Amino acid sequence: MRNKLSGFAVPYVIWMALMVVIPILIMVVYAFTTAEFEGTLENFSEMGVYASVFVRSFRLALIATLVCLLIGYPVSCWMAREGPGFQRVAMALIMLPMWMNFLLRTYSWMSILENNGLLNQLFRAVGLLDLLGVDYIPMIGTSGAVVLGMVYNYLPFMILPIYSVIVKLDHSLLEAARDLGADSARVFRRVILPLSLPGVLSGVTMVFVPSVSTFAISRLLGGGTQLMLGDLIEQQFLGGAYDPHLGAAISMVMMVIVVVCMVVMNHFGEGEEQAVML
Amino acid sequence: MSKELIRLAGCTMAFDDEVVLDKINLSIQDKEFLTLLGPSGCGKTTTLRIIGGFQTPTSGDVLFDGVRINAVPPHKRTINTVFQKYALFPHLNVYENIAFGLRIPKTNAQGNKVKLPEEEIDHRVLEMLEIVNLRGFEKRRTAQLSGGQQQRVAIARALVNRPKVLLLDEPLGALDLKLRKDMQNELKRIQKAMEITFVYVTHDQEEALAMSDTVVVMDAGRIQQIGSPEDIYNEPRNAFVADFIGESNIIDGIMRADGVVEIFNRRFQCLDGGFAPDEAVDVVIRPEDVDIVPEDQGQLRGTVTSVTFKGMQYDIIVDFYGFKWLIQTTDLSPVGSRIGIKIDPDGIHVMKKSEYSGMFGDYSSYSEEYEEISDAGCVSEEESGDEE
Repeated sequence: MRNKLSGFAVPYVIWMALMVVIPILIMVVYAFTTAEFEGTLENFSEMGVYASVFVRSFRLALIATLVCLLIGYPVSCWMAREGPGFQRVAMALIMLPMWMNFLLRTYSWMSILENNGLLNQLFRAVGLLDLLGVDYIPMIGTSGAVVLGMVYNYLPFMILPIYSVIVKLDHSLLEAARDLGADSARVFRRVILPLSLPGVLSGVTMVFVPSVSTFAISRLLGGGTQLMLGDLIEQQFLGGAYDPHLGAAISMVMMVIVVVCMVVMNHFGEGEEQAVML
Repeated sequence: MSKELIRLAGCTMAFDDEVVLDKINLSIQDKEFLTLLGPSGCGKTTTLRIIGGFQTPTSGDVLFDGVRINAVPPHKRTINTVFQKYALFPHLNVYENIAFGLRIPKTNAQGNKVKLPEEEIDHRVLEMLEIVNLRGFEKRRTAQLSGGQQQRVAIARALVNRPKVLLLDEPLGALDLKLRKDMQNELKRIQKAMEITFVYVTHDQEEALAMSDTVVVMDAGRIQQIGSPEDIYNEPRNAFVADFIGESNIIDGIMRADGVVEIFNRRFQCLDGGFAPDEAVDVVIRPEDVDIVPEDQGQLRGTVTSVTFKGMQYDIIVDFYGFKWLIQTTDLSPVGSRIGIKIDPDGIHVMKKSEYSGMFGDYSSYSEEYEEISDAGCVSEEESGDEE
């Protein structure tokens, strides 16, 4: 049985080796070498100047993930509680923007948030700008705009895993909790929340990882002032600061930090039994 | 015997015009073991859920200790439930599952929320584990337990809250036969020891007879009969109850006088009375109440059409004038042989005609209902013509 299965796994293993393991190895080699491929740690020691970019990336990604969680969790609960017809429609509405091109969506936000964009025009029309005595409210080019872009783009990745866990929750567990004397708040805290943690964990992962490494959102909505790790890495490969070795080193450090975060989180997930006793 | 604890008064439950419960009236006494028995879809689980508070009747009242509790949510009732699939919390271990209810702060007489002290929780959980024979399993995850053990955790989790009433929804349905028998005794023992009212839902008539003080037989959203197991078995009110509880031959009869019933144009002595002269009735004759005698001495004569060995007895199907009876006997009568039967007056039970008349109690399709037995000599329907 075991041999048979591993036989079927061969194509997958080859695929993983070619497309995942070898690229990572190439990245590691680049990270530890100079342009002449001599071993060095300079790529890492130089990285200190970019500390602010690291901090900003993780800070904005963290905020975006939290906002997604705060919006996504209640939405998932609400969807799971409604009838199947409502669930299908809601699901379609959540998926719909994802079928549009990513850049197109982000460009749309640009024209909404610009100093002369739709929102500012609206504020002007209702007299809000006159009231405040300004020509426009600056929105584009702020970290808020970047977070908004992340939330808008990645929210479905938070909702879907949480929703799919909650909708499959055994209803009799909730009845059992009520039967044992728990009011709605306690049913949520002691049963729904701990049992939906796996969905939360995968939602957080699926939002945090692309957020921390995004470059298009920060460049388009950040107006060049909100440089993030993704932008930094891109510059090392395509931009003026061409240095793929440094780029590889930054990617590696980012990857290590993300992996450490995920391991810590998953460990927390396994300890849910202790966590819910708090 | 004792005071009434729960009363359902004219409870009707309808989902989108589909009536699931039809004006149920039911009184449950304190400390009794009451079983709701019926086929699936009869409304027994709905009745249980109304008592538990998970459903509110469309009309009618639910009274607990004389107080109307229609609108009281489940978590405010001193009633606990053992769910059909146990519904143990998968993220908690055995100990925490049982402690779940105890950890919830309760409102005391002064209206303050009070938490049980940890020592008391610990004491009560361990005591419960003792009662259900699961000491040493505290730290196990529920997924690591067998079906019977999960069952006992579910019972402990409900009973540790010292409810006035325990509701059990087919709790033994998922267990194998041997374990079921053990758990039946176990449940009965726990109920006696803790002096709690049990309301038990099952479709297994044997289980109902073995465990209950009172059996409530339900079908089609209505209560068909309420009584002790003996009453239900010996004095079924209609053909449905007679058929559902045990095996029954149900034959059309005519009541000629008090104590005299006519079946197949022959008069039989019986103990029932109070019917109109010449009233058409249903007659129940249990398979074990029939004595087999030589053909010429029998009150009725028939032909054996099939024999099944059942261990303790033979189940034989006998054709009387085209109507097939099930008879249980320890003496083998071979297929095709002619036999006579005798029935004592107390073996005959006469019932009023009901909407169930004619639906049950004929064993013509016996060999289809049960495991087909290799029996080439079986007399076919056509050959056994009506002798009348």
